[in-house]
Amino acid sequence: MNHLLSIKDLDRSTIERIVSQAERFAEVSDREIKKVPALRGRMVLNLFYEASTRTRSSFELAAKRLSADVVNFAASGSSVEKGESLKDTVLTLSAHKPDAIVLRTPWAGASELVSKWCSAAIVNAGDGKREHPTQALLDVYTLKSRLGRLDGASIWIVGDVAHSRVARSNIVAFQRMGAKVTVAGPPTLIPREIQTLGCEVRFDLSELPSADVVYALRMQNERMNETWVPSVREYAAWYQVNGRRLSPRQVLMHPGPVNRGVELSGEVVDSPQAVITAQVEAGVVVRMAVLFELLSGAGSTSRAPIGPSTPAPVEPSPTTPTPQPA
Amino acid sequence: MAAEPLVHGSLQAADLLLRDVHVLDPRSGIDARRDVRVREGQLAELAEPGALSQEPNEELVEGRGNHLMPAFFDPHVHLRTPGQEHKEDLDTGTRAAAAGGYAGVLAMPNTDPVLDSAPLLRSLRDTAAREARIAVGFVPAITRGLEGEQLTEMAELRQQGAVGFTDDGRPVTSAGMLRKALQYQRLCGGVIALHEEDPTLSRGGAMHEGAVSAALGIGGIPTISESTMVARDAALAGYEDARVHFQHLSCVASVQAVAAAKAQGFRVSTEASPHHLLLTEEDVRGMDTRMKMNPPLATEADRQALIAGLRSGTIDCVATDHAPHAREEKEVPFEQAPMGTTGLETAFAALYTGLVLPGIIELGLLVERLTAGAALFDLPTHTIAPGEPANLTLIDLDAEWVAGERGWESRSENCCFAGRKLRGKVLMTVCEGGVVYRERAFSVVGA
Repeated sequence: MNHLLSIKDLDRSTIERIVSQAERFAEVSDREIKKVPALRGRMVLNLFYEASTRTRSSFELAAKRLSADVVNFAASGSSVEKGESLKDTVLTLSAHKPDAIVLRTPWAGASELVSKWCSAAIVNAGDGKREHPTQALLDVYTLKSRLGRLDGASIWIVGDVAHSRVARSNIVAFQRMGAKVTVAGPPTLIPREIQTLGCEVRFDLSELPSADVVYALRMQNERMNETWVPSVREYAAWYQVNGRRLSPRQVLMHPGPVNRGVELSGEVVDSPQAVITAQVEAGVVVRMAVLFELLSGAGSTSRAPIGPSTPAPVEPSPTTPTPQPA
Repeated sequence: MAAEPLVHGSLQAADLLLRDVHVLDPRSGIDARRDVRVREGQLAELAEPGALSQEPNEELVEGRGNHLMPAFFDPHVHLRTPGQEHKEDLDTGTRAAAAGGYAGVLAMPNTDPVLDSAPLLRSLRDTAAREARIAVGFVPAITRGLEGEQLTEMAELRQQGAVGFTDDGRPVTSAGMLRKALQYQRLCGGVIALHEEDPTLSRGGAMHEGAVSAALGIGGIPTISESTMVARDAALAGYEDARVHFQHLSCVASVQAVAAAKAQGFRVSTEASPHHLLLTEEDVRGMDTRMKMNPPLATEADRQALIAGLRSGTIDCVATDHAPHAREEKEVPFEQAPMGTTGLETAFAALYTGLVLPGIIELGLLVERLTAGAALFDLPTHTIAPGEPANLTLIDLDAEWVAGERGWESRSENCCFAGRKLRGKVLMTVCEGGVVYRERAFSVVGA
């Protein structure tokens, strides 16, 4: 694996390899010294053209726990505001020879473009409304630790699918792991022909009880102003996942940040069924695994470090069973 | 007396003997090998191969059975002048046209400033008389500044040589505004050419709304954005008995709407572009910005409807919508890129390779549709017959080339067919009796 651009590029075994590696790194996070030297001397550049707190800090933490150097570059307050193009920004920053660039932009396909302009490994940390592959990987990780395996699970993705890169990556990733995916939301926010990705489509939540996992999407306020739905009130009445709609055996997920009272009611966010903070926690170890995979892991031949091949940095502890591929 | 609609730079009237060329002119019905003589820029003689011998001061062109066709005419190109000469100008744009076998093009008015006044039209025509390699007609705006609010001085523009009127790049959103233009056409004439798009349906879109846009999360433009406007404006044209030309059709429903309007006897015509006839939304999956155009590439069913329309005559002609953009403008993420592909240099070869070689349409039909645009705008049709001005293109149908391999005559390189292996290469183009293009490796004997 040279880049992580789209979840579509990962087959099931690659997803499982990354998840297994993340499980090994999870042990590091519980140590007093939360750091391994796996990527010492490597440079990870976070290049963010959109506001992001959790994704950026999660990548930053992940890189630092692997002992890599991290440079954060935010488009606001930079030469980008002086009109520098994406290409020139990337070429300029590439002069510092980063080993990996973590890229977040509002434009679909930007990471593919950047991968052609420089030699660093590119990690797509969200490109417009298209993809957010590390979110999909951390969601698979979280679900696997909850359910053991995703095979045969019924996963409902509820809300604004049209504007959600999380939805698009997860529809693919969950199916690749053997789950059955249904998307549900207002007809104005379900893209025409989304079913060509293999998912079922529903416009109401009457069959929600059949789901094993309910994945609620963030309903952005600006969508209300663009009249995609008549009102927050009506949206919540029809699509809010709340105590009445969520059945006790279901797992509740959300990519954050949550709008309490809109897509989720407060009581379900706080319920033990919600794994929302577990998702955030998973974010760091999964991104560690992704960076490790790209910068020193198996399959990274073109960018293999000089010297002896790097062993997995953590010995599996006797208490942690080695994860079995599902 | 109105000005001549077409202008070109100075051309030297050629004396040529094209020996043993395969003449193909679907209108005059010739499809056979001939010797063809051009004297002082006029077609002088057509004779059996070997019957004509070289005269003094005559250039001999060995045809070797290559096809001689009436030069093509494109009623829809963007020459970007004035204001956007970094994309194209009258020289580079007409050079690209000549290299594609074209001897006439109509330039769209979405320039900066917009071509919407007689002084600007005069100045552009003056520039064309110096720089244009082939004949150029200018199609000024229907509404001032393409704003859709006030008619241009259409009558004066017509006197100064306006071929027709269009707000291309934008629709005339208001039906009331368009109706006034159609009524005013009774005074001044001039075909009204329409870019059909309902902005309330297309807003936020960067590609066709369908399976690929759903997968990529890129805002979609639904085909109804075009087809509902075609249907609306066909009804307006029928009501006002106006002459309307629909530009760059892209979908099934638009073809149906035009067919229905024609069946009612409305005076409507239409065009389709090589890219809509050959490519689909699947070609956008890689987010190559050269595949981003307006209207967007649609589905295979839409493409098939366009081909059927081209065959049946519902679609009257091929137009490239040649839309050059600078490299830095296209070398950005897909959603940020401007819409448009160049097309003049590849139109014939792409369509020959994609539609004629597989047996989908006949070569004669393709040549007819590549030359039909002129008559739609009341301009003379290029014809291969004695006494006609020589507007010719000589094409080697067997030559194989990779689009863009030797660069482009156009200032821009945003061609959706770049890198494709094509068959059929233009060897020579003659416009109004002057040789305007020769393939660089083409050997010329004599003279």
